[in-house]
Amino acid sequence: MSATVPLQAWIDGVGFLAPGLPDWPSARAVLRGEQAIGSSAAVLQAPAVLPPAERRRASRVVKLALTIGLEAAAHAGTDIATLATVFAASGADGHNCHALCEQLASDDRQISPTRFHNSVHNAAAGYWGIATQSQAPCQVICAYDASFGAGLLDALGQVVVDRQPTLLIAYDSEYPEPLHSKRPLPDVAGIALLLTPEASARSLARVAVSLDDSAAEAMSDSALEALRATVPALRGLPLLDLLARSEAGSVSLDYLPPLQLRVDLHPC
Amino acid sequence: MTPQLISGYTATTCLGHGLDGTLAALRAGRSGLQPCVFETVRLDTWIGEVAAVDDQNLPEMLAAYDCRNNRLAALALETDGFAERVRAATARYGKRRIGVFVGTSTAGILQTELAYRRRDPVTGTLPADFNYRTTHNAFSLAEFTRAYFALEGPAFSVSTACSSSAKVFAAATRLLDCGVIDAAVVGGVDSLCLTTLYGFASLELTSTRPCRPYDATRDGISVAEGAAFALLERAPASLPAGAVLLLGAGESSDAYHMSAPHPEGHGARLAMEGALRSAGLDAADIDYINLHGTATPANDAAEGKAVAALFGDRVPCSSTKGATGHTLGAAGAVEAVICALALTHDLLPGSPGTATPDPAIPLAYLLSSHDQPIRRALSNSFGFGGSNCSLILGVAA
Repeated sequence: MSATVPLQAWIDGVGFLAPGLPDWPSARAVLRGEQAIGSSAAVLQAPAVLPPAERRRASRVVKLALTIGLEAAAHAGTDIATLATVFAASGADGHNCHALCEQLASDDRQISPTRFHNSVHNAAAGYWGIATQSQAPCQVICAYDASFGAGLLDALGQVVVDRQPTLLIAYDSEYPEPLHSKRPLPDVAGIALLLTPEASARSLARVAVSLDDSAAEAMSDSALEALRATVPALRGLPLLDLLARSEAGSVSLDYLPPLQLRVDLHPC
Repeated sequence: MTPQLISGYTATTCLGHGLDGTLAALRAGRSGLQPCVFETVRLDTWIGEVAAVDDQNLPEMLAAYDCRNNRLAALALETDGFAERVRAATARYGKRRIGVFVGTSTAGILQTELAYRRRDPVTGTLPADFNYRTTHNAFSLAEFTRAYFALEGPAFSVSTACSSSAKVFAAATRLLDCGVIDAAVVGGVDSLCLTTLYGFASLELTSTRPCRPYDATRDGISVAEGAAFALLERAPASLPAGAVLLLGAGESSDAYHMSAPHPEGHGARLAMEGALRSAGLDAADIDYINLHGTATPANDAAEGKAVAALFGDRVPCSSTKGATGHTLGAAGAVEAVICALALTHDLLPGSPGTATPDPAIPLAYLLSSHDQPIRRALSNSFGFGGSNCSLILGVAA
């Protein structure tokens, strides 16, 4: 076995969106106990970086992924046009999937070509590329409930091995019925982290990850714990909890039984 | 990048179950494509259907994963002694030290398509026996493969459309390089379903004849299914002759269009350049290129420009999709295995179905298979959303 290289990176920027938590500053304030979590459904806007035609047609999942990715990149002051990305999602566009399956079960199977190309798991990643003009590598991962951990592992691998800043965009979107009953995701939500191989004046914290079988941390606040437990992309909340409070510490993130991700965070 | 040993590999497509049938068909220039008679699909097109997928039984404890995609995965895992190699690696390294990284575009979505025909007429609910997690979800393939060998290491599926199972080789290499794992089961499985057959038809990207990659008269793809797996380990200091290595990987994005390639092949070129750089090789070091070559007018023109710009017309190249069809998310792994066969059997594969190479694309395009020793092969895989990946494989002397 070769020597183990620490899986570590600096966090230079954060993006966040969840029901009642429209962005990272509001999530940070809630995690710090400075304000209460809102009660509204997640609010989505089509990012201005999309070309007009794509902006008009952008689906919920595309709006979500682009919004949190752009927030993290802006927070870090990073040039999005050169940024490698890792998209991690437990599913693709649920509404589009439902419409396709419904039509394919009908007598008229002539599905729309736009619906078809939007059905790929990497649709949000494709629109990110069109919006940012980034030709950098773009990874798209699915690991069902373990998707946040899987995305974090691959993003850290790119930072450590390829020595390149990498933007992790972990996100999930709901299915409409009847799929919702089979996969009850409550709403859109996600976490984006801009990870870099070198510390800079922008760096918020250093994060190091190892695999073990420690019990995953829960959130002490019941509303936040409900989000962590029901949205796979928000399994990273305990890490954001430390980051929000600028506390050094160690938390275990839910990954793939029996493996969990032990995360050590050191604020800059 | 650190070269990785590809210590075991297997492929199952419409050419046959396993390496022997695949190699024999490639040598003979035989295609496995047939007119589409899949399920209730009524489309005037040809497809690559794997024989006897539905005869494959899953182990009883994995019955929840039962669907065409996982049957095809199990069929491939039990071919060419691949499962035994994984079990031997597990004994060597431990079940926590082996990762599973597999590519798929649609996983078992056929199961959902069929379930939508059986919705409750009153409530609209899906049937109780439909299991989203173990069939439809893109992770079902990785989870099934991990459970098949009772592995406990890291796992995920990569789903970047038709580059999915090329990119898993790069992802596995990163975690091998970090020491997170000691070996990885990588691969790709995609199976026939209505979404892709009607979807590619809606884009007018399917041919009414067997696909003809790089032909002057090419007019679309032949949708196919396939499964391929490889076992990656760190390469030891001394290698036996004939050992196959992953030497390099390059990934890029087109940043251009959801379903059309960049017309000049910019993203494709970046991926090939990235693979050469990661392998520490020059264009002159490559002996064979397995092209993405889907046989759509746009793909082959764009890829051809990028290959010609980097390699000129010196390097023999071909798309093997005239033989296998386009196995979509499995294509990267299937064609990596075809490169491994080419490297270990002194074979330059030809291009069944192609009669007249497009004179507008100045490449050394191989119409028929030749016997010729080669040392290094490059394989291209490009997907919807502008996701590109090139791999370089080599063989130890």
